[in-house]
Amino acid sequence: MDVGLGHYLTVAAILFTLGVLGIFLNRKNVIVILMSVELILLAVNINFVAFSTHMGDLNGQVFALFVLTVAAAEAAIGLAILVVYFRNRGTIAVEDINRMKG
Amino acid sequence: MSFAALFFYLFATVTVASAFMVIAAKNPVHSVLFLILAFVNAAGLFVLMGAEFLAMILVVVYVGAVAVLFMFVTMMLDVDFAELRDGFLQYLPVGALVGAIVLVELVLVVGTWSFGGAQSTVTPSAPIPADVTNAEALGRVLYTEHLLLFQAAGLVLLTAMIGAIVLTLRERRAGVKRQDISAQVARGPATAIEVVKARPGEGLSEGTV
Repeated sequence: MDVGLGHYLTVAAILFTLGVLGIFLNRKNVIVILMSVELILLAVNINFVAFSTHMGDLNGQVFALFVLTVAAAEAAIGLAILVVYFRNRGTIAVEDINRMKG
Repeated sequence: MSFAALFFYLFATVTVASAFMVIAAKNPVHSVLFLILAFVNAAGLFVLMGAEFLAMILVVVYVGAVAVLFMFVTMMLDVDFAELRDGFLQYLPVGALVGAIVLVELVLVVGTWSFGGAQSTVTPSAPIPADVTNAEALGRVLYTEHLLLFQAAGLVLLTAMIGAIVLTLRERRAGVKRQDISAQVARGPATAIEVVKARPGEGLSEGTV
C-alpha cells in the first residue's frame, strides 16, 4: 500500500479536527486553546506541503513558510496578552474573561 | 509495506496520538510536551514528503521557540490547574458533535476528490527543480518572486516582537532604585556639600546638621 496524497490529507484532517475539538472542550484554560490553534495551523501546513509536493509546485512550501511566520507572531502576541491579563486579574479561566478592558 | 510507508504510519500515529494528548492532558505542562512531540513528528512527515527545509524550520521555530515560549508562560503563571480542568466533561457532547461534523465533512471532501489528473492538467508556476536541494530551490523562489512577501513577513515578526514587549513591559515604581543620570550631572557643590560650623564644646546636635 503506497502512501499518497490522501494519506497526508487524512492526517491533516484528523489534526484539524483535534484542534477544533480542543477549542470546544477546553472552556477554562486559555493556554490549551492557544495550543489547539497551533495544532490547526500545523494541519494547514501539512496540507500545503502535501499539495506542494504532489503537484510539483514550490509555491505551496513558500506559503507554508509564511503560515509558520504568522503562527509564531500569533503565539507571541497571544501569550503576551495572556501574561498581561493574568497580571491584572489573577486568572486565565475562559469563563471569567468576558472583557479585555485593562 | 515499504520502508517509507512504515515511517509514514509511525510518524502519523505518533502525531495524531500526541495531538490528542495535547487537548486531553490534565497538566498544561504535559500538554506543551505533547505539542513538542507532535511538532517533531510532523517534521518527520515533512521530511517524508520531501520538504526538508520546512521540516528543519518546524523544529527550529516551533520546538525551539514557540513551544518553549508556551512552556515559559505555563510555568510562569501561578494557576491552580486542577481547578481549571473541572468542567472538562461538561462540554464533551457538544464538542464531540462539532468534531465529528468537521471530521465527516473533511473526509467527504477528501474522499470524493480525484487526485490523479491534477498533475497532468495543471502547470506549476514554480516547478520543483530536481538537481538542487530543497532549501536552495526554496531560496531561489523566495528571494526572487516572493521578495516583497518575504519582507512583509519580517515586518509581521517585528510587529509581533514590539507588540509583545510593549504589552508585557511594566513600570516598577515602588522600591526600585534607578540611576538618574541628569540628576547626577546637575549635581553641584551647592547641593552636594553642606558646610557645618561646629562650635567647640557643643558638638553637633540633630538640628544643626
